[in-house]
Amino acid sequence: MSGPKMPQANAATLKKRAEIVADMRIIVPGEGVVDTDNEMRAFESDGLTAYRQMPLVVVLPETTAQVSRILKYCHQRNIRVVPRGSGTSLSGGALPLQDAVLLVMSRFNRILDVDYPNRTVVAQPGVTNLGITDAVEHEGFYYAPDPSSQIACSIGGNVAENSGGVHCLKYGLTANNVLGVEMVLVNGDVIRLGGKHLDAEGYDLLGLMTGSEGLLGVVTEVTVRILQKPETARALLIGFPSSEQAGECVAEIIGAGIIPGGMEMMDGPAIRAAEDFVHAGYPLDVEALLIVELDGPQAEVDHLIDRVEAIARENGATTSRASTSDEERAVFWAGRKAAFPAVGRISPDYYCMDGTIPRKQLPRVLAGMRALSEKYGLRVANVFHAGDGNLHPLILYDANRPGELEKAEDFGADILRLCVEVGGVLTGEHGVGVEKRDLMPEMFTESDLNQQIRVKCAFDPNHLLNPGKVFPQLHRCAELGRMHIHRGQVPFPNLERF
Amino acid sequence: MTDFRPNTADDVLETVQWAVSEETPLEIVGHGSKRGIGQPLQTEHALDLSTLTGITLYEPEELVLSAKAGTPLADIEAALREHGQEFAFEPMDYGPLLGGEAGRGTLGGLLAANLAGPRRLKAGAARDHVLGVHAVSGRGESFKSGGRVVKNVTGYDLSKGLAGSWGTLAVATDITMKVLPAAETESTFCIAGLDDAAAAEAMATAMSSSAEVSGAAHLPEGVVGRFIDGGFSGGGRTVLRVEGFGPSVAYRIDLLSRLLGKLGNTETLEDRDSRRLWREIRDCHPFADGSPAPVWRVSVAPSRGPELVDAFRRAAGANVFYDWQGGLVWMRMEADPEAAILRKMIAHLGGGHATLVRAPLALRAAMPVFEPQPAALAALSARLKDQFDPAGILNPGRMAFT
Repeated sequence: MSGPKMPQANAATLKKRAEIVADMRIIVPGEGVVDTDNEMRAFESDGLTAYRQMPLVVVLPETTAQVSRILKYCHQRNIRVVPRGSGTSLSGGALPLQDAVLLVMSRFNRILDVDYPNRTVVAQPGVTNLGITDAVEHEGFYYAPDPSSQIACSIGGNVAENSGGVHCLKYGLTANNVLGVEMVLVNGDVIRLGGKHLDAEGYDLLGLMTGSEGLLGVVTEVTVRILQKPETARALLIGFPSSEQAGECVAEIIGAGIIPGGMEMMDGPAIRAAEDFVHAGYPLDVEALLIVELDGPQAEVDHLIDRVEAIARENGATTSRASTSDEERAVFWAGRKAAFPAVGRISPDYYCMDGTIPRKQLPRVLAGMRALSEKYGLRVANVFHAGDGNLHPLILYDANRPGELEKAEDFGADILRLCVEVGGVLTGEHGVGVEKRDLMPEMFTESDLNQQIRVKCAFDPNHLLNPGKVFPQLHRCAELGRMHIHRGQVPFPNLERF
Repeated sequence: MTDFRPNTADDVLETVQWAVSEETPLEIVGHGSKRGIGQPLQTEHALDLSTLTGITLYEPEELVLSAKAGTPLADIEAALREHGQEFAFEPMDYGPLLGGEAGRGTLGGLLAANLAGPRRLKAGAARDHVLGVHAVSGRGESFKSGGRVVKNVTGYDLSKGLAGSWGTLAVATDITMKVLPAAETESTFCIAGLDDAAAAEAMATAMSSSAEVSGAAHLPEGVVGRFIDGGFSGGGRTVLRVEGFGPSVAYRIDLLSRLLGKLGNTETLEDRDSRRLWREIRDCHPFADGSPAPVWRVSVAPSRGPELVDAFRRAAGANVFYDWQGGLVWMRMEADPEAAILRKMIAHLGGGHATLVRAPLALRAAMPVFEPQPAALAALSARLKDQFDPAGILNPGRMAFT
């Protein structure tokens, strides 16, 4: 892709590269420092593969003490640091910088404590999301947030991105499932936020940290809550002649007080691509398909399946099937889960967007997208976390055709503008990173952004951690610290006072 | 002493800008129902948000509600009830415990105190349900954060940052919350006569079952008589709530009965009685006795609650009961709060925090009301405060003990 403008490399740092590499080898002995082009190539991008940059050096520490020493070293010498987990970010959150140490946390890969009476797991940040569930599944527990990259993405990365998944409406995002972290501040200080107890003793720094995209500190340990697996789960596969009807159905399900474990919608192009690919038995004569999964005690699920089917019928569903076994439920989901690769089969390239909208705006946004699709001459397929309004339009393009990539990017930006216009947001779960950084002013004023940057200033006043991400422009903290005093005015003088 | 009573967000902005220019601090207050919590303030002026009211958006099918910060919680809850909805985190009402009326409090206060209730262990606290805010920082600048949708990772979540900040970072003017359907019905399974340790085990078993328990409390013999008009007799009660659709609730109560029924005499409270019991647990009813005797609100790992109480009682006299599966310990002290001993024991048992939510003014002035933090964390908190409120205009000193 065209490539975002990144902060200018610090020439002094580049000049001292050999010395920095040598010092890193002292802090992390053994295999933990990678500095040849050949070996660093594996780290030059994350899940947003269109952007690439070789780092200054790659360091893979193994202990909190090492992380602390690395950050302290870099802090004292004004060297930038980019933290990285598994590198699955879809927004370029772990994109390296030419003059930054790439701090890779993948060797922090152990589960430290499993506590069933308190239903918590303490894990190192490099443990995969699924690795947590794997560690407790034999006792009937699981970790609820399930981003689609869960087999690879790390729990530390989940904290940095506040990752979601298909079960967010009922079970929350990462922020609602993390109880505590140990983290290292840019000056090397090690602090703990939260733990196995609930709520913070002071400011909710854990809440600020979750979703901060690696700009505030480096997480070295994570405490999460685990849940008992629902006794059973059943899914309904419901087809509608229009997305409006499917949207109405979703609103009525929620209006009836039912919060499904998962509720996904696909539009016509996505349905047909998925069916061609996995043959899940999706109806091809519908324009919207809903998968509604109900989980919980058997008695509840059976009760609710009937109610949801009735609501679907009232809203004009033309097909409806309820799963009667876990195998059948898995088949219902197979098409949805394979939607991205399925679209990948019908187009040389696709670009995945991630806006969230108020659900009732879905018809308007879909219509807007159809118009944009015509304007740009590019096809678009939609999958939608219908329960929470998180939309993933997939823009189909061919990177080998000159100019088409730029067109896809412009199309994507227009879709996100549309999301903001109807009361939604730029990103529901993929993060801002570098990808949506320059769109932030679509949603926030300068004053809004400045207050966010001030949080950054409290943690990292010299902007050494992951610069170039999230904020279109990082104002110097000293500049932001200045107060503008409006003297002399007595507040609303016409008002009564007591 | 001036009470500024703004009617608009612009009035709030103007007031804070004036206070900044005059270098005079403001007490930020709504109904004042939680005014007695925190280090005592010495401010000449108050910014009273109780005139900044009104629900500005409520879309039940979208599960979202926005209101101005001074909107009475009672009004919001009434509006939600009309549509069978609620704040799922069950915000507690501190009024009676602190010697005030029941049913007071504003949305701004709910966020500033990060309120929660018995359902905290399943549904989270205010922090988990706030979607967005408009606010004025102590710098005298307006800003917004978040949005009106559940799934949103666009920029830093300053609305979470304001949760539990007791009005020391910014003055929220408009708040957007996630709302959820209220349960169709509820029942509470009660086991009589368990000691604290056995109760902790029973609660852990229940929470680890597929009964989807939404409240787990233990009411020892010393307090049980104060609940539901003395309706419990014959020893303490361990109480487990299940909520949901009728058939599901019946099924899960039966499951709990099979799992735990042999531990002692059992009974089941239905709908209305169950609601009343949990409201009393939520609002710390046994200690809402009109006295100023010190009350601690302690949060530890659930399994550590009884251990902590056992150890602490060797050093000091305290009447206690447990919510959150044992992780929330309410303690009413006979005399001295014994803060140093309590906090040392909490640290020794793996960490947590103790807040002295009720105590006479002189006691609160003489000791840290909120859990003191280790040096590096305290320094970070101070830097955060400085970034929002460099001149120390908003509720200065309410959270920090110096």
